Amino acid sequence: MNLKKEQLLDMYKKMVTIRAFESKAVELFAAGQIPGFVHLYLGEEAIATGVCANLEKKDFIASTHRGHGHLIAKGGDIKLMMAELFGRTTGYCKGKGGSMHIADVDLGILGANGIVGAGMPIATGAAFACKYKGTDAVAVAFFGDGASDRATFHESLNMASIWKLPIVFLCENNGWAISNAQETHQNITDISDRASAYGIPGVSVDGNDVIAVFEAASAAIDRARKGDGPTLVECKSWRWRGHFEGDPATYKDPKDQEEWLTKDPIPRLEKNMLKLKYATQAELDDIKAEAEAEIEAAVKFAEESPQPDPKELLTDVYAD
Amino acid sequence: MKQMTYAEAIRDGMRIEMQRDPNVYLQGEDVAQFGGCFGVTAGLYDEFGPKRIMNTPISEAVIVGSAVGAAAAGLRPIAEIMFVDFMGCCMDELFNQAAKMRYMFGGKAKVPMVVRTPCGAGMGAAAQHSQCVESWFTHIPGVKTVMPATPADAKGLMIAAIRDDNPVMYIEHKQLLPVPGDVPEGEYVVPLGKADIKREGSDITIVAWSWMLHKALAATEELAAKGINAEVLDPRTLVPLDKDAILKSVAKTGKLLIVHEEVKTSGFGGEIAALVCEEGFDYLDAPIIRVTPPDVPIPFNPILEGAFIPGEEKIIKAVEALF
Repeated sequence: MNLKKEQLLDMYKKMVTIRAFESKAVELFAAGQIPGFVHLYLGEEAIATGVCANLEKKDFIASTHRGHGHLIAKGGDIKLMMAELFGRTTGYCKGKGGSMHIADVDLGILGANGIVGAGMPIATGAAFACKYKGTDAVAVAFFGDGASDRATFHESLNMASIWKLPIVFLCENNGWAISNAQETHQNITDISDRASAYGIPGVSVDGNDVIAVFEAASAAIDRARKGDGPTLVECKSWRWRGHFEGDPATYKDPKDQEEWLTKDPIPRLEKNMLKLKYATQAELDDIKAEAEAEIEAAVKFAEESPQPDPKELLTDVYAD
Repeated sequence: MKQMTYAEAIRDGMRIEMQRDPNVYLQGEDVAQFGGCFGVTAGLYDEFGPKRIMNTPISEAVIVGSAVGAAAAGLRPIAEIMFVDFMGCCMDELFNQAAKMRYMFGGKAKVPMVVRTPCGAGMGAAAQHSQCVESWFTHIPGVKTVMPATPADAKGLMIAAIRDDNPVMYIEHKQLLPVPGDVPEGEYVVPLGKADIKREGSDITIVAWSWMLHKALAATEELAAKGINAEVLDPRTLVPLDKDAILKSVAKTGKLLIVHEEVKTSGFGGEIAALVCEEGFDYLDAPIIRVTPPDVPIPFNPILEGAFIPGEEKIIKAVEALF
């Protein structure tokens, strides 16, 4: 393991922040405080965290409808995110995007996306721009197992492979394409097998082990930075919640759900850190409490933020 | 002024912008050494090389989708889609991604990109290679739609489209590619949203764009011989639309006829008619008439295809019926 204590502590902070953000979103949605749809990342925190720990500000990501984790991991501002969930003017998108469209282009976050599989061509273009400008920046396209069935997956991996673009295709296989279990929508177990169709490396890792994710992403991102082209990385995990808040997920076998809950990535990392003596339980508890306090402050910020003026409906359609 | 064809004028516009701005690049199917299916990009590969003129796989979604990502990341892509009929293969990338990114992100993104694509019937290319579908794009807030009819406009609008900070659909007509005309040299810009009166007249306003502009102009000679002095207005860009120019012309003539090559139902002519009804009803002394193809797919047989395309005779007959 190449990870230093500070890096692991930082990753731990990111993971518990995502957990706290999403847990709060469950509450807020149930209380009717968040309009629209929310798709939560609970249980998958290790993936965004392990991947984005390898990225710098200059690097790009394209996220998904289940995007809160990616945004937090890439350095997104929690207050602006929460205000966007509330639809307030102080939000990332001035309340015009909501959960499914949060973006921070200055941080290289090219947006969550309401269309499954739509981020891959966009990230491919961002990777093209990195190469075209002669920088060593890279792009990461996050997408799910369901999106790996879309034509955009094929077109993007194919284009990126022939042009050797600096990109990582990061598949979050959380077991479910809405209500469809993986075995019902694809005839393979390892989505990374699809990499061979493009002549690029493909690797599958335990998506609930943040260190394994970090290491796989690190190898893929290094390869991209060096100009050796794309990699398909599959992180296997499990979506704790329904597809969206309000989906009772009756299609899940409760035994499977129970089993996956025992594989919670956060206690796993805690155990590792305690074993390595990188932190004491009290220190970890403090980090958690700090994350929770930040979420509470973000909610307060959002609640106190103004609603948009109806005139805002008409602005931002075109750039002048 | 220099004589060049419409295709050469498009290329001249692209070349000038590529020389001026290193962030402009072109990608599409067969656009490099092959020069594009209709030869529009011929020679650009030799001039700008493989970094800036790139053949893509037959992958319309990632041609347009990667242009969106590259534009958001600071480049100014030109993406060629070989026929406008193929836009169905990349519609999400245009209408959900390119068009909405700025608005969804609260004005904090810019998507300066051009999708160049040829439209139009008259080649015996049948139902999937002959269509005009501009109202697909005009119906999308966030996208601009440009349809030049002359070589000079083709050049000036291309430069304006590349310089624009928004996604622009630049729709070129296959029948017009070999048509020659006088084109200003150097950085000639035709602003988006400015109509052009291609023929002044006093008795009726004919609004027509792209290939249909030429049909309308051809019809005016016979109409003049019959004592009807028609004004022909070319909107040049449908979004933004020069509403004032249309209303001003109708105020002068009192009559409006719209010609387009899209099928009638939900074609852009309906939008222009509605505009004049809402904002210029008092100017009208006759019903607004549309001359368009019928609501059918485009047939292969040249006789059937000829019956599909609005021609001079149909325009003349429709105008005469108003007098």
